[in-house]
Amino acid sequence: MTELHHLTLAELADGLRSRQFSSVELTRHFLARIERFNPALNAFVTVTAEQALAAAARADEQLAKGGAGGLAGLPIAHKDIFCTDGVLTTCGSRMLSNFVAPYDATVVERLAQAGTVMLGKANMDEFAMGSSNETSWYGPVKNPWDPSKVPGGSSGGSAAAVAARLAPAATGTDTGGSIRQPAALTGLTGLKPTYGRISRYGMIAFASSLDQAGTLTVTARDAAMLLQAMAGFDPKDSTSVDAPVPDYLATLEQPLEGLKIGLLKEFFESGLDPANEQLVREALKVYERLGAKLVDVSLPNLPLSVPTYYVVAPAECSSNLSRFDGVRFGYRCENPVDLMDMYKRTRGEGFGAEVKRRIMTGTYVLSAGYYDAYYLRAQKVRRLITDDFARAFKEVDVLMGPTAPTPAFDIGAKVDDPITMYLNDIYTIGANLAGLPAISVPCGFMSGLPVGLQIIGPHFAEARLLNFAHMYQRETEWHKQIPRGYE
Amino acid sequence: MSLTRKDVEGIAHLARLSITEAELPVYVDSLSKILTFVEQLNSASVDDVEPMAHPLADQVQRLRPDEVVHEDQREKYQRNAPRVEAGLYLVPKVIE
Repeated sequence: MTELHHLTLAELADGLRSRQFSSVELTRHFLARIERFNPALNAFVTVTAEQALAAAARADEQLAKGGAGGLAGLPIAHKDIFCTDGVLTTCGSRMLSNFVAPYDATVVERLAQAGTVMLGKANMDEFAMGSSNETSWYGPVKNPWDPSKVPGGSSGGSAAAVAARLAPAATGTDTGGSIRQPAALTGLTGLKPTYGRISRYGMIAFASSLDQAGTLTVTARDAAMLLQAMAGFDPKDSTSVDAPVPDYLATLEQPLEGLKIGLLKEFFESGLDPANEQLVREALKVYERLGAKLVDVSLPNLPLSVPTYYVVAPAECSSNLSRFDGVRFGYRCENPVDLMDMYKRTRGEGFGAEVKRRIMTGTYVLSAGYYDAYYLRAQKVRRLITDDFARAFKEVDVLMGPTAPTPAFDIGAKVDDPITMYLNDIYTIGANLAGLPAISVPCGFMSGLPVGLQIIGPHFAEARLLNFAHMYQRETEWHKQIPRGYE
Repeated sequence: MSLTRKDVEGIAHLARLSITEAELPVYVDSLSKILTFVEQLNSASVDDVEPMAHPLADQVQRLRPDEVVHEDQREKYQRNAPRVEAGLYLVPKVIE
């Protein structure tokens, strides 16, 4: 018999429905894998075994009665950025190391209503600020493909958990690439939907005009299943978009004949490893065989994405993170002498080095005298970049390029050099600035490490992206590879 | 843009962050590098460009009716507070 952790979310759903195994059995299987492998990987901050088994038993009852939701009984992991009622929610920070969320994020609520079983809370870069999962207060996460390498970030725990098959799927969030880059570095399918497609309610805010929830899964079909439950209007998020949610599974297999793929000239020119480029070009040939047309596209302002992001995101972060003051929740320093001392030491001790760096960058670019030169200018360049994308989508159906400039790098290699670390997201940030949906799919290996192909679409084109990703996965086996030792 | 120790101390104060002596030179260096890096933005021509604050063009901030929709959960919420007494959040003395 095939091992349960070799099955995709879709296959597991079939197995549950046809009573080949129960949700309790499935949940026990993954909890046992977590117990065995997590000490080395550090993918989970919290494992909610007891609640998981109780939820699994409820799902089994529903499955037996009939009429259970499409995700009933499927175990998943949640990034520890999502508030979970009654469960520790740390956001990878000392600041929230004692925070038991008093309510569920909408993402958590909707996935629970659809019948999923939460296995635990996945490790992440502190407040989602990082590209390597090295900024977590709970320590770095290891890449299952090579424990000396980073899994990417900030959704590094989610990525490592799914890559090592400690969970069949996980939620993540993506502000500048935090789903797609770790998906690329661990050989997964990582979907960042359109800004506003999924509610941000209860998702601890980093940069509110960029943050978006999404999924880390083995296949595009699995991503479609989760997105179906997660997407949709939520009155509790003022930027949630009130637009119909299409049937994402229905269009997975639409033929790609005649569709146009734009190749992002700027992505192939800037520091991309030639071997990495080769793998992306081979993936493009698969699409040509499927009948799609390749067109070169230039987005002249795209090279300014990273500097734009490193003004806009820190500005929004400095404002969002001002709520952590040691008064109502979270960490408070010992024996403050006065209020100012309490604020400063609580924040100085509660936040890690990268979070403080971003707060200070943001404080500076928003301060009197510098606002126009930095923040306002960045907002204007953001529009130029967004307009570039809009022009491109008049000519092509999707844009393609690499997800990350290199495969997974050594733990510790970039941690002391913020700019080099920031440049990991050189290909992913553009989609966040423009609010576009994008997906990363595995497209090969370099020296045993996975590489991702990125597909970017116009606003609300998730179904099209999943269609493109799924058709590629029908032709290739890259997404089915499991790291050695975790088979 | 090159920042001084004094600049960084001023920013840290505005951000209400205590910074140790050991951390200070690290931030002087890295914040200066970040500000220099983002100066690439000066190469773009942004005359007459409308600043963009929201990624979706036709979205407006929604208003909702001013109605009570949440139940009172003060006790539950205060369980996360570092110090409370009689339903109040305690902080160091603010007024002498």
